Amino acid sequence: MAKIIVVTSGKGGVGKTTSAAAIATGLALRGNKTVVIDFDVGLRNLDLIMGCERRVVYDLVNVIQGEAGLNQAMIRDKRVDNLYILPASQTRDKDALTSEGVEKVLDDLSRDFDYIICDSPAGIERGAQLAMYYADEAVVVTNPEVSSVRDSDRILGLLSAKTRRAEQKRDPVKEHLLITRYHPERVTYGDMLNLEDIREILSINLIGLIPESEAVLRASNQGVPVTHDQKSDAGQAYTDTVSRLLGEDVPLRFHEFQKKGLLSRVFGGGRR
Amino acid sequence: MKLLEFLKRERKQSASVAKERLQIIVAHQRSQRGQPDYMPMLEKELLEVIRRYVNVDQEAINISLDREDDCSVLELNVTLPHSG
Repeated sequence: MAKIIVVTSGKGGVGKTTSAAAIATGLALRGNKTVVIDFDVGLRNLDLIMGCERRVVYDLVNVIQGEAGLNQAMIRDKRVDNLYILPASQTRDKDALTSEGVEKVLDDLSRDFDYIICDSPAGIERGAQLAMYYADEAVVVTNPEVSSVRDSDRILGLLSAKTRRAEQKRDPVKEHLLITRYHPERVTYGDMLNLEDIREILSINLIGLIPESEAVLRASNQGVPVTHDQKSDAGQAYTDTVSRLLGEDVPLRFHEFQKKGLLSRVFGGGRR
Repeated sequence: MKLLEFLKRERKQSASVAKERLQIIVAHQRSQRGQPDYMPMLEKELLEVIRRYVNVDQEAINISLDREDDCSVLELNVTLPHSG
């Protein structure tokens, strides 16, 4: 039985797809058979971030509508064994995803995989609700910024009411907070919410903290999930996040502002 | 350097303003969590009915739904102006 994890946020542009790709890659690198599914029907992008956009033949909607089998639609990652991508469709038909269809796909995948990562679209519409409905755990991606925090709270409300676990009165979906685009220097000067504040306002556990990093754009430019860039702060922070998802106790890094010394100012280094 | 620190202290830190605002809005959002989908509409229509008789504004009305063991209690609190 696979564990189903939805990566969600409410607000767009906070790093859902980047995080879904990075976490899926990290889980597979640790030897877990993992599939990452793009639920953003009409606006697929996970394939670009994973660097497999030219290998898309069939997609999630084709599978649901019986036009292709799962094995035809899933794309095997070129870099990591045990990692597969199920792309979203580019159709403009909003009702292309059905609840029964999604359930069947997840059930079929559950037999073969250890982890199923659902990359949710932004918003709280149908696509986002379907992405979270069957989840066992949720990674709520939040930026240290008011609208993102507020939207994350709305998503937490949906997770506790509009999921299969909630409706069947089973154990609730396990919620994790992932803070991205964190800027320790701005936090130090009081111009950015600090992680403790965000955690307190949303009152959920912190699973990871990804610093604002040049490595993220570099990774998406190249179509290589940032987890592969282990020299970068963001890459290491995602690796830590994956370890915590696997139940390990890993200390937090990259949350403190270190004033640059004269030497590193002259020679660069440190942050990459 | 001292002067710089002094100038910095003058400005209220924007992050603490953000925190205060978020705490209020999130508390409000959470109070509405789990309530039936018809609540906002019910609230709006109740307000319209009351306004047909008394001129009160939005803040004077407080509606809440509390769940007890086997029933729910809809509580409606209206603060009427003095002149009635």
